[in-house]
Amino acid sequence: MTRGVGRRFAFALVAAGMLALAGCWQDDAPPTKGGPVVMRRLSEEQYRQSIADIFGSDIKVAGRFEPDVRKNGLLAVGASAVTVTPSGFEQSDGRAIAIAAQVVDKDHRDTRAPCRPASVTAADDACAAQFLRHYGRLLFRHPMGEARLRQRVGDANRATAVTGDFYSGLAYALAPMLYSPEFLFRMETSEPDPEHPGVARLDGFSKASRLSFLLWNTTPDDALLTAAEQGDLDTRKGISRQVDRMLASPRLESGVRAFLTDFLGFDEFDTLAKDPVLYPAFNQRVAGDAREQVLRTAIDQLVTRDGDYRDLFATRRTFLTRSLGPVYNVPVRAETGWEPHAFPADDPRAGLLTEVGFTALHAHPGRSSPTLRGKAIRELILCEPVPAPPANVNFALVQDTTNPRFRTARDRLTAHRAEPTCAGCHKIMDPVGLALENFDALGAYRVTENGAPIDASGDLDGMKFTDPAGLGKAMHDNPATVSCLVGSLYRYATGRAIDKAEQPWQRWLEQRFAADGYRVPTLLRRIATSDAFFAVAPETQPLPAKEAMK
Amino acid sequence: MISNLSRRSLLRTALRGAGVTVALPFLDCFLNDNGTALAGGAALPVRFGTWFWGCGMTAARWIPKTVGPGYEVTPELKPMAAYRDQVSLLTNFDVILDGAPNMAHISGPIGFRTGALPGGGADLPSFDVLIADVIGVNSRFRSLEVACTGDPKHSYSQRSAAVSNASETSPVALYTRIFGPEFQDPNAGDFKPDPKVMLRKSVMSEVRNERDALMKRVGAADRVRLDEYFTSLRQLEQQLELQLQKPPPAVACAVPSKPKDMEVGSEIEQVVATHTLMTQLVAMALACNQTRAFNVVFSNSSSVLRKNGTNTTHHQLTHEEPVDEKLGYQLEATYFLDRSMAAWGAFLETLAAVREGDGTLLDNSMVLAHSCTSYAKTHAIEGLPAMIAGKAGGRLRPGCHVDGNGTPASRIGFTAMQLMGVPADRWGQKSMTVTKPVNEIVV
Repeated sequence: MTRGVGRRFAFALVAAGMLALAGCWQDDAPPTKGGPVVMRRLSEEQYRQSIADIFGSDIKVAGRFEPDVRKNGLLAVGASAVTVTPSGFEQSDGRAIAIAAQVVDKDHRDTRAPCRPASVTAADDACAAQFLRHYGRLLFRHPMGEARLRQRVGDANRATAVTGDFYSGLAYALAPMLYSPEFLFRMETSEPDPEHPGVARLDGFSKASRLSFLLWNTTPDDALLTAAEQGDLDTRKGISRQVDRMLASPRLESGVRAFLTDFLGFDEFDTLAKDPVLYPAFNQRVAGDAREQVLRTAIDQLVTRDGDYRDLFATRRTFLTRSLGPVYNVPVRAETGWEPHAFPADDPRAGLLTEVGFTALHAHPGRSSPTLRGKAIRELILCEPVPAPPANVNFALVQDTTNPRFRTARDRLTAHRAEPTCAGCHKIMDPVGLALENFDALGAYRVTENGAPIDASGDLDGMKFTDPAGLGKAMHDNPATVSCLVGSLYRYATGRAIDKAEQPWQRWLEQRFAADGYRVPTLLRRIATSDAFFAVAPETQPLPAKEAMK
Repeated sequence: MISNLSRRSLLRTALRGAGVTVALPFLDCFLNDNGTALAGGAALPVRFGTWFWGCGMTAARWIPKTVGPGYEVTPELKPMAAYRDQVSLLTNFDVILDGAPNMAHISGPIGFRTGALPGGGADLPSFDVLIADVIGVNSRFRSLEVACTGDPKHSYSQRSAAVSNASETSPVALYTRIFGPEFQDPNAGDFKPDPKVMLRKSVMSEVRNERDALMKRVGAADRVRLDEYFTSLRQLEQQLELQLQKPPPAVACAVPSKPKDMEVGSEIEQVVATHTLMTQLVAMALACNQTRAFNVVFSNSSSVLRKNGTNTTHHQLTHEEPVDEKLGYQLEATYFLDRSMAAWGAFLETLAAVREGDGTLLDNSMVLAHSCTSYAKTHAIEGLPAMIAGKAGGRLRPGCHVDGNGTPASRIGFTAMQLMGVPADRWGQKSMTVTKPVNEIVV
């Protein structure tokens, strides 16, 4: 009892201390108290990339992954809420056995094991220890304690005694490391901040993981782990050095791609279907290319050109493949691969929202949907949640899509909005969604629906436009476009919702983003080198790894 | 060589070649006289499963006018008419909102499955999980989840709101999981524990032994999640443990052949084809004692079912298709309901075709089918339609129509839990708290 009160008192002191001292690093950044440590389950992509980085890209990763959950708009936040279900564990176990077997098979053992055993048919303590120590550090993202290493070496030796094969013994000891919670989850630990007594921060290895998964979407490399081991990540200078190295690497593209994939809700592509009779041009290849086109366009704008994020909604530059050609009605010369393409200035297509990867994704299998598109723009790109529709919706006015009075979606939705219970939300979604009605369920351009001309005019929060390109311009100029990106990126980076107390820091980040020319790599640098990113809120400090994992 | 082939497997091979499915006289020596129990006195296992379809029904065309046995086969029940006497209908049982908003297509299934509404702070397991925790502990899989729509997220089985049991969507993957290299034929003559399984189990305990140290490293909320991870690990350990013991004979087990690789998706013919394969695999997983619990999703809540060449999904149709003035119902939306009821009939047919003793697999099962809404057009969750098939080894009275008179739908899940041995004398939250099962169907 007394102890509890004492702790609460200590927390209050700590909180006060944090407010007083955080934020002196990046010029005028407002102080934040940070957030809790989080335990994030690796995404499928993070798992695959980690295995490729640790064991080589020729190691096959098979089987089904558990679905991710979207929370606060992001799968990256949902990752802090999900666990491993029985069937998910079964899959992890099978995958672990298959990976471990490949690593030690005849084709790989000589290049993957850091040593050779004295005999392939007998246990070799030293070599097994060397192998397991090496991979344990990479898989768990921190060194494995000596006692635990001995136990795993014991596992390897026992298995070798049964199988009569040194390498299969290694595989038996390696497999559990691949389904261990320390690999499947990113377990963060905090430590007292020696510079500021009473204040907590992430320990060096947790910092290394946060940086690596944010900037590269994969496990920390040897250099980053070494930096953590040597205490480099305990200093701002050391962190800056690593962040600059990572930002300069071509792997930054994987990091930005992973963020965009999550931010744009591209997991929906997994189940995207179009009616094959109405849209014979659609197939899985078109779907895959449509997804890749958006990502390629965005990476080109944001990373390759280090350009203004807002221009993504107005850019005429994109990339096409042969299979996308017919959908865009553009001849594509390249027989395979991607070809840069610029839509002419008078073309209706401008910006990410007019690409098939957006218009086809947010539509029904058999027809376009201004409501789904409007909802996606509001919720995903502007971070404005749209309330759920009332359960008892009266569709009396719009139920007949063949009604000669309501030939276009605009006609039908206008009638629908006459219903007071529907008007509130549809006013938010429809004017933006209807601007994209020139694109059918597949994303192909059209000027009429059921023989009636399509009117793509509308307004976004007061800014009027007459066509899809105008919507792109309005998105470019909308302050919510910017604040949503900044907030989403920070939530993505920390794996949690933004705390109320962090709002001044978020506002500051938005102002910096504007001053930095809306450049995403610079924004990433600001986040990755901030005190806020590594600060641990005092009310949630579990035991540090060093004490708990002796 | 001969020692590896039991008389049984020779017999079965011969019969399979002839395309015959009958109970083998040889097998009946395992059974007592009335075919409900093994000769040693142990009862044949009773299985439990759910079968879900999306977007409800049309009350006037689905609900029979009379209650009790021998109920009228209404137009929307016609596709499963052959199984009327094996299926009890539970109509007029309500998911009660208690003033909470009706989250379309979510409040219904979650309220029905957990006895509490989503978003109300109650983060409860679904009854199928509670049942599997009791009946599934001695089988290789605690339960199997499948969806026929190609989307693993289509599942209504949950440990908690954040821990949904994802569905298997590929028949080939499900086959491999059950009948792949790790499958042990329960009727194989000889048995030798596999040293590989012993090694796997031994190294797995290494991770389990680190549990306490890892738990200390995380905060309270994450401790719950980590604990769920270790529960999952423990379950696989138990599966491995079972594989080290000689399995008891499974009288009706006939290992199916591997299904052909197929594309899965939401188009109705695709869904029905997937369902046919999934059903056969689930039936044999039950007959071969690989699991005692299952959850089948034919179509999801807010049904994505669609027909090639049309621009509207089942769900959209329920809202947008006009009610035919002469017929009084939505013609095109009802097409998908008919297909759903036909699939339900086919599911029962497959279970009933598996002979166990002098009964069938269906006789030894309790299968609870339900939907997400009653009338989908208005997202109504009053009178959420439910059906219970099978005799649950003699515990259930099949073929009754029961009118719930607006009592909570949680009574249905509660009844299932009680029949399956979950120790509970009350279940559900707020107005859905119940203490009385649906006695009309209980023997």
